Amino acid sequence: MSSPLSRDDVAKVAKLARLRLTEEELTTFTGQLSGVLEHANDMNSLDLSALEPTSNPFGLTNVTREDVIWKSLDREAVLAEAPDAQDGRFAVPRILGEAP
Amino acid sequence: MTLPEGWELVVGMEVHTELLTKSKLFCGCENHFGSEPNTNICPICLGLPGSLPVLNKDAVELAMRIGMALNCTIAPSTFHRKNYFYPDQSKDYQISQYDLPINSNGFLNLPDGSQVTIERAHMEEDTGKSTHLGGSGRLAGADRSLVDYNRCGVPLVEIVSGPDIRSSEQARAYAAELRGILIATGASDGRLEEGSMRFDANVSVRKTGDPLGTRCEIKNLNSLRSLQRAIDYEAARQVELILEGGTVRQETRHWDEGLGETSTLRVKEDAEDYRYFREPDLTELVPDQPWQDRVRAALPPMPAARRAKLLERIPGATKAQEDAVAVVIDLDLEGYVNAAADAGAEIAIAVSRAANELAAGIDTLSNLTTDAFTQTVLMEAKGELSATQSKVVLGELLANGGDPKKIAAEKGFEQMSSDSLGATIDDIISKNPDEWQRYKDGDDKLSQFFVGQAMKQTQGKANGKAVIAELQLRK
Repeated sequence: MSSPLSRDDVAKVAKLARLRLTEEELTTFTGQLSGVLEHANDMNSLDLSALEPTSNPFGLTNVTREDVIWKSLDREAVLAEAPDAQDGRFAVPRILGEAP
Repeated sequence: MTLPEGWELVVGMEVHTELLTKSKLFCGCENHFGSEPNTNICPICLGLPGSLPVLNKDAVELAMRIGMALNCTIAPSTFHRKNYFYPDQSKDYQISQYDLPINSNGFLNLPDGSQVTIERAHMEEDTGKSTHLGGSGRLAGADRSLVDYNRCGVPLVEIVSGPDIRSSEQARAYAAELRGILIATGASDGRLEEGSMRFDANVSVRKTGDPLGTRCEIKNLNSLRSLQRAIDYEAARQVELILEGGTVRQETRHWDEGLGETSTLRVKEDAEDYRYFREPDLTELVPDQPWQDRVRAALPPMPAARRAKLLERIPGATKAQEDAVAVVIDLDLEGYVNAAADAGAEIAIAVSRAANELAAGIDTLSNLTTDAFTQTVLMEAKGELSATQSKVVLGELLANGGDPKKIAAEKGFEQMSSDSLGATIDDIISKNPDEWQRYKDGDDKLSQFFVGQAMKQTQGKANGKAVIAELQLRK
């Protein structure tokens, strides 16, 4: 069975996750990630047609809270933990372009 | 605006509306516009490690109201993480609904009789607000952005229409009708200027009968007017580009209201680049029938039904009266109109005064009781006040409140007795024998001439209808 994942796939995933990988790491992770996918593919050999898809193991639905306001954090305490702040706001490196 | 012969415009709309909850979508921070920056933030909306989101029940019910008002199917739904790197979300993803939205497959009927399909109306959280400091920014030499997370986590519903809209006028009508519905459901305050409601337009052009063309998404549409202008500009740009042998590139474009132009913001990423996956910290949302029935029972009537109900009281309404009724409903003024009509006033007068004078004084509407409005309209309907005088009285009531009868007396708007009006009419007739003869010979247009003369002689105190009645007596 050929590797389910190409080096290009891994390079693209790394780029989307903002990870910088060396050529060597790319080779290593292509092999490792392919192994993970192959393991998951093993389940395709099982007959699961009688099972409902499960998105969480708790069997819970409609977990909600009442629309009640709570006390928010103290701003100065929060901003003191930030790398940088100005005018009551978080300061970040200037982002070129717009939000997606 | 019309495109060259043989070309067709295709528009689909994406409308975001913030929901009028007290707290945010997944935490108890206050959902409030205009607070001091970063005062409504907590570990959940900041996405700090170990924090867990819990869904706001009222936000779900407001989303269901929107779905019901838009004739959608309400279905079991899930939440996904939309992953991207941008500081308007400190956790690097936005919680949204992806393949299973709460509302889908609806439609919206517009006043012109056309119908626009609603593909989906899903829930998601709003993002923070960033301010960019640069060379021209407040801080010389600074090159960074400042972020306020108060808006981050505020509940939103995004309403996605089908590509059914065929003109910029229809797009505007859709946005206006949708805004009225969102306000009527109690889900939104509809404030475009504060950004609590935001429009994006997906615009493409094609030769009539061809498959859909490549679309551009237009952002920064802050008013109904800019929506319409931007679509006209963008459609003309695309047709020109194609006619010159170019092709339209799928991209996001920014509308500049001052320049009256759109320009490239960024080339559109593929949907898969957001690496959507199920939000593991939230369970499935399954609105069962009893829950849906409870929400539906509390749903107030929508603008279209309210317009129809009011128009039933004005048989044979003119187009102008239909437009006035639309304004009355849009501004929630039917309480005034119905009270005046129930008291026996002519409803056409009540609608006209509400759509004009009350609309103009909407900011101080709380000064005007329905009773004072009713009395004023009754005085006008009975001929005790001329139209001009009635408008002055309403203006005074809106500004300072008070008793209409007293205001009319203070302004010297006492009723003209028919004797003194009759004397005035006789005087005008004797001074304008030629006009009088033509009027008597059947030129009805001249009645307006005599009304004008009567207004002039009485400084606006005469009632137009009473003048015409006096003229007819003398014919």
